[in-house]
Amino acid sequence: MIAAFSGKLRSFLLVLLACCGICGVAQGSDISGFAELVGKLATNNFKTKEQVVNELAQTRHPNTRAVLSALLEGALYYRKRDKRIFIGERNEDDLALVDPLTMEAAGREPAGDFTKITTNNQLRKQLKGTLAGFALSDPDAKVRLAAVHEMLRSLDDDGAALLRNNLENESDRAVREAMRTGLALADLGSGDAETRLAAVRVLEGNLSPEAFNRLSALLERGPDGAFLEPDPKVRAAAQAAVNNIKSWRNFYALVETLFFGLSLGSVLVLAAIGLAITFGVMGVINMAHGELIMLGAYTTYVMQLLMPSYIGASVLVAIPVAFIVAGGVGVLIERGIVRFLYGRPLETLLATFGVSLVLQQIVRDVFTANNRPVETPAWMAGSLQINEALSITYNRLYVILFMLIVFAILLVVLKRTTLGLKVRAVAQNRNMAKAMGVRTEWVDALTFGLGAGIAGVAGVALSQLTNVGPNLGQQYIIDSFMVVVFGGVGNLWGTLIGGMSLGVVNQVLEPYAGAVLAKIFVLIALILFIQRRPRGLFPQKGRAAEG
Amino acid sequence: MRTHLPLLTSLFGDRGTKIFFGFLLVVVFVAPLLHLAVAEGSALHLSTYTMTLLGKYMTYALLAIAVDLVWGYCGILSLGHAAFFALGGYAMGMYLMRQIGPRGVYGHPILPDFMVFLNWTELPWFWHGFDMFWFAALMVVLVPGALAFVFGWLAFRSRVTGVYLSIITQALTYALMLAFFRNNMGFGGNNGLTDFKEILGFDIHAPGTRVALFVASAIALALGYLACKYIAQSRAGRVVQAVRDAESRARFIGYRVESYKLWIFTFSAILAGIAGALYVPQVGIINPSEFQPINSIEVVIWVAVGGRGTLYGAVAGAVLVNYAKTYFTAALPEFWLYALGALFVLVTLFLPRGVVGLGERFARVRSRTVAEAVTA
Repeated sequence: MIAAFSGKLRSFLLVLLACCGICGVAQGSDISGFAELVGKLATNNFKTKEQVVNELAQTRHPNTRAVLSALLEGALYYRKRDKRIFIGERNEDDLALVDPLTMEAAGREPAGDFTKITTNNQLRKQLKGTLAGFALSDPDAKVRLAAVHEMLRSLDDDGAALLRNNLENESDRAVREAMRTGLALADLGSGDAETRLAAVRVLEGNLSPEAFNRLSALLERGPDGAFLEPDPKVRAAAQAAVNNIKSWRNFYALVETLFFGLSLGSVLVLAAIGLAITFGVMGVINMAHGELIMLGAYTTYVMQLLMPSYIGASVLVAIPVAFIVAGGVGVLIERGIVRFLYGRPLETLLATFGVSLVLQQIVRDVFTANNRPVETPAWMAGSLQINEALSITYNRLYVILFMLIVFAILLVVLKRTTLGLKVRAVAQNRNMAKAMGVRTEWVDALTFGLGAGIAGVAGVALSQLTNVGPNLGQQYIIDSFMVVVFGGVGNLWGTLIGGMSLGVVNQVLEPYAGAVLAKIFVLIALILFIQRRPRGLFPQKGRAAEG
Repeated sequence: MRTHLPLLTSLFGDRGTKIFFGFLLVVVFVAPLLHLAVAEGSALHLSTYTMTLLGKYMTYALLAIAVDLVWGYCGILSLGHAAFFALGGYAMGMYLMRQIGPRGVYGHPILPDFMVFLNWTELPWFWHGFDMFWFAALMVVLVPGALAFVFGWLAFRSRVTGVYLSIITQALTYALMLAFFRNNMGFGGNNGLTDFKEILGFDIHAPGTRVALFVASAIALALGYLACKYIAQSRAGRVVQAVRDAESRARFIGYRVESYKLWIFTFSAILAGIAGALYVPQVGIINPSEFQPINSIEVVIWVAVGGRGTLYGAVAGAVLVNYAKTYFTAALPEFWLYALGALFVLVTLFLPRGVVGLGERFARVRSRTVAEAVTA
């Protein structure tokens, strides 16, 4: 009891501290009345003390709470010689004194000169209630909410009565909800079946784990086989409530899975979209694509090293830099290797695989084989709490948004610019495009660079989600291929839908089958899918399609 | 008798094949002699390490031939052949595990150590029968063959070709790798199968057994080579090459392209499985990392380095690249990936027909200069 007491007290004192700033300024004009009342506390008569406490509470003086909490904690003293009241903190043989009228420190004096103002059970109870009332009538809704939560931790009849009184005056929805829940939880233990029934009704739509546990407890049987809850009506209502809560929980779990799936899908789309562009336009598989993603991730790391005091901005700066780095490497690969191998896609695949090995080893030599720590900027950390059953982490949310932005930009580039027009022309019919005067070589280099640059940008996003190491690219390359194969080549929408559906399917399967098995199922499903649509969801049409 | 002679001359007709068999004969007779008969410490003595290495190269060469058959002759770039190799290896590994019997660390009469470690009480159904060698040998052929048949039937029927096919073969081996890494698959998880004791009743570490395995690998290599050569020269082999060069045309002429592809793909997978089965007792371990996609791609680069569509080129490539790998990973570990990467790029750019093609061009130039010298 005492322990629970002091726990509560501590939190009240914390609340108090928060108010101290206001206290100093808002010195009331009725200071003399307050001082007089406080002075009356220097007595041994508990009845007098109770009365004084009551009157003090009514003064609404800013220092009342400090005085009353000190009294409750046994930290209120009066000086023997002049009966002046002080809040004191015992420090070996001395007392560190605070004047309750001004809340300013009043020096240290030997403890022997002071008498502690004692309390009895009844007085303590009164104090507790009064203090709780203070917190509950605080103008700040957050303070009220904290007070309610604190009270609910161990609610007795008085507390419940206090809450019930305040419930009607409460204006904030969240605080009211917390009060109602708390009261209903307390009512579940009531002896009256009607009260319990009403409490169950209140808790029906509550998603907090405590409500669920307490409601399920009503349905359990004791060791003698009889139900713990004697009233069948309450039991039926509890059963309905539990079912209701369960179905809501399942719903939110589904929403969460979908969200995870969409964020995983976004990662896949980001990783695959560059691949889809190069494959679609040039019929070339770039096996070094994963390593270009890795380069993007390392670029983020390097940017953080370069601007250590602006971690939040470094990620944003890393996006264009990664695009340029990876895109530059991409153009080099195209000019140095790929252009000699057009018309021989399998050879391109092998040569670019060789490039991927070299890139990996370079990264290993420069940055060592260990994972590099990439810090998450503050604005990406944390999560958005939607309700008790559902919270959404910001980094996943941002990845989805980021993917959509990148996708939109690509769409605009391919559909609304001259370069996009040329790229599409070359993808549809290379020879015809050439005959119309499109410099296909130039388009090829730029397309390859664009695909590689997007890979770099994907790397920036990935650096916020997974470990940045030399094997980063390999982890995603096969998944990226799957997305391209599934979505169909040379179609951005195919990649978007392919990536999103693979991500969601993966996440939906995961709870039932485990992460690894889910991946295997997806791979097998994909191999079977290829049977029905050998060229993906959105196959390329026209003459060029049949190679 | 007369009917057989043309076959023999056609099988051994080209110079590359003759050179290959010459080498193989010399190695098979000389290496065991140097290993067993020459005293240790002598400069001519071949260590157990070298013998194992040579045996390993031979199984790699067999795997390379299998890849060459589908890639060089049929144009199917399989990036998943290491999967068939590993499956054959696992079949053999399961037999070797069962041979350990009660001599394991935990001393269980039937269950392999890792199952005891996982608190399993009885053998999973798919482990039954592997205590018999004939059954395991059958599985070495059947499992990779069946997988290749089903996979190929699905893929070729719906005309998945080119890079698409390459990618889904890669997905296949990737999926298998993930699956075999799982402990509850029942194949030893991460650690795989190892700690073998004996094969067919012989101590697996004894020099005699090692030589026998070495010779068995050589024989398998020789037979596999001849079989592939025979297939390549047969009528069916000609059709397969036609498919490689112009698939649509071959189909329009009336050949059932997918049947030929399926048949050759399955046969190649079986060869790879046999190679894996011979590989495992020599290296003494099989684990899921054998399924890594990079392993399959490495096999392709052996074939590319040697020169595809020649068979002996594949053998040469397998031995050359693996010797380089053995040498570099010991001498300059961080250099190896650069070298391998450069090899991929340079071979595809400058040596489309591999080392063999280079040798042939060199030989042609020389014979021309000789001829010019004679006429002059």
